[in-house]
Amino acid sequence: MSEQTEEAPASAYDMGHAEEAEDLATFAVLVDNEPGVLHRVVGLFAARGYNIESLTVAETDRNAHTSRITIVTRGTPHVLAQIEAQLEKMVSTRHVQNVTRDPNGVERELALVKVGGVGADRIEARALADIFRARVIDTNSESFIFEISGAPGKIDKFVDLMRPIGLLEVSRTGVLSIERGEVRL
Amino acid sequence: MTVHIAPTEQAEEILSGAQIVVRALVDQGVTELFGYPGGAVLPIYDALFHEPRLRHILVRHEQGATHAAEGYARSTGKVGVVVVTSGPGATNAVTGIVDALMDSIPLVVITGQVPTHLIGTDAFQECDTVGITRSCTKHNYLVKDVADLPRIMHEAFRIAASGRPGPVVIDVPKDVQFASAPYRGPAEAKPLHDYRPRTAPDPRAIAEAAHLIANARRPVFYTGGGVINSGLDACAALRELARVTGAPVTSTLMGLGAFSADDPAWLGMVGMHGAFESNNAMHDCDVMVAVGARFDDRVTGRLDAFSPGSKKIHIDIDPSSIGKVVRADVRVQADAGEALEALVKAVKRERAAPDRLKPWWEQIDLWRAKRGFAYRPSKDVIKPQYAIERLFALTRGRDVYVTTEVGQHQMWAAQYFRFTQPRRWMTSGGLGTMGYGLPAAIGVQAAHPKSLVIDIAGDASVQMTFQEMSTAIQHDLPIKVFILNNEWMGMVRQWQQLLHGERYSHSYSASLPDFVKLAEAYGAMGLRASHPDELDGLIEEMIDTPLPVVLDCRVERAENCFPMIPSGKAHNEMLLGEDVLEGAIDDAGRRLV
Repeated sequence: MSEQTEEAPASAYDMGHAEEAEDLATFAVLVDNEPGVLHRVVGLFAARGYNIESLTVAETDRNAHTSRITIVTRGTPHVLAQIEAQLEKMVSTRHVQNVTRDPNGVERELALVKVGGVGADRIEARALADIFRARVIDTNSESFIFEISGAPGKIDKFVDLMRPIGLLEVSRTGVLSIERGEVRL
Repeated sequence: MTVHIAPTEQAEEILSGAQIVVRALVDQGVTELFGYPGGAVLPIYDALFHEPRLRHILVRHEQGATHAAEGYARSTGKVGVVVVTSGPGATNAVTGIVDALMDSIPLVVITGQVPTHLIGTDAFQECDTVGITRSCTKHNYLVKDVADLPRIMHEAFRIAASGRPGPVVIDVPKDVQFASAPYRGPAEAKPLHDYRPRTAPDPRAIAEAAHLIANARRPVFYTGGGVINSGLDACAALRELARVTGAPVTSTLMGLGAFSADDPAWLGMVGMHGAFESNNAMHDCDVMVAVGARFDDRVTGRLDAFSPGSKKIHIDIDPSSIGKVVRADVRVQADAGEALEALVKAVKRERAAPDRLKPWWEQIDLWRAKRGFAYRPSKDVIKPQYAIERLFALTRGRDVYVTTEVGQHQMWAAQYFRFTQPRRWMTSGGLGTMGYGLPAAIGVQAAHPKSLVIDIAGDASVQMTFQEMSTAIQHDLPIKVFILNNEWMGMVRQWQQLLHGERYSHSYSASLPDFVKLAEAYGAMGLRASHPDELDGLIEEMIDTPLPVVLDCRVERAENCFPMIPSGKAHNEMLLGEDVLEGAIDDAGRRLV
């Protein structure tokens, strides 16, 4: 039976793109700020089986009544093209841009990282935080809360270094992106 | 201090929310709507009471209202309108809303909602209508402020009808229906959304497509419901393009009628139960021109063997359809009509050699000679194919519209009833909704009171919405329900026979009603055909009766629908009726749907 499964003809639903590798991608989406718009985006991802790695949203222009959503997702080039087209298709969407690895783009994420420890661990944590330009925003005798911002990879690295010292909790905003220069989304 | 008073051409008209809904419907050119009253839409029904310009057709179940509106929309090219109450009214409408989304049918569905201050309290007949319908509408609204209502109403019609059409839900809380606001007409209501789908094709893509078509040796046009949605001009342009190029034309289930079945270039429907010549042409073509079609799995069959040697030109107004399933070599994001008209001009400029398609047509004639739709006739039993052939022959030349339910009868109707005009064929393609046909016929008949409207039905499907016969009687809508009664859920039985070792699990229509008596119980006429000899006379009687008629046509019970591309197989692996079925579908194919 298992042998048959391996030699099975492609499914009627087979997309024929299975051999393509998956990649991370960041989409910046400008939407009309109205009730349910976030649900539309999230629902689209859920209904079509796309992944959401991170998602941030807030109103960015009160007068124009628009919100900006930044979504980090994962998929084959074909799936990513579909995601872009499906986002574009929503009536509430004004503009969609794939800003992945855009040499003109800047990506930042903010994280709050709580690290416990006493004695030498506290000193080590402070020293590492200085290297990563993380700020201490609260502390008591047994823990720090660091605030760190930067590219997601930098935050990953910081969190990894804090783990052996006494990482207690991490809260991250998800990725934000913007283009350099005077262009607008 | 000087006070400047702006000169007003006429005083602002203050209307209640309910009056705004009704007035906006009138201003949008609506003349018929389908609905069912209830607590949360009583103010709207009160406003309807005073509005003679709108004809309200009272259904018996809200699903019937949505299917009727779909039939109305597809047969007229207008937007179908539905009014239902909150809670169960809205949830009952959902099947028809999804159906309309899948088949790109423009609907505006107005649902009542509990008063705003009760939303979220689990009030009587409350449900989260916008939440439930968000993923099955093109767009939806919850109206929280009556001042927004005029522009939402007008925008809903624009969104439903433009771009790729689809259903739009407007959820109107009861207090908003009672509140008052100035009315704005379609011209002066400022839209909420910047929704302007692109309709004009990119000239470079058209030039590239025209060059491919003009130099193709084995071209085929693969057209879909998008051509019909685009309008009568698009259908005319398709016919012109086929004439100019000399290329054969096939179509999806949804696209039947856009191209005339009487045209020698017509190959028949494509797909799982499509024509043998059509599927083989799709497989062997060198240039495929997809227009308003979306490479549905019922069309493509096994994807990695789908038309392996062809360049694909994909014309669609919805960019997410292009390249979704099958890679497009030339992408044309445009309205089908505009793209086809541009292609006609561009192809004419290419001056293709006229004889170059001769070998292709010779090949097609060989496929045609296989007579894929042949079936074994019978003198004693009515063959379902024969029943459709006779229905077609006896209604030919008449002003006839056909709707269907879903299953074998639907496929036989698509195979044997030959459509020459668009908007004459209404069927549930994408969602495959059993129970679509009877209420859809009601909608069609409401739009075309003098025409002959026939629901080609199956004994199982028709029972899903048969209560709408009462609607037909009440509103003098003389629909004809032509039931191919084989006492089975025929398509389920066929698959169980072919794929599940003849284990007929729960597919026998036990305890069938007497359809003649059932029709009579509603006040319709019931007829029964049991023998081929009496079929013609009964069909004529059905046609000539100015009442709703149910013709219970007792057909061969074990007939299967052929030809057929089995699941997991390619277009050139079609099974014909006489093929030995044993072993034709392997284990892997059995697991597909």
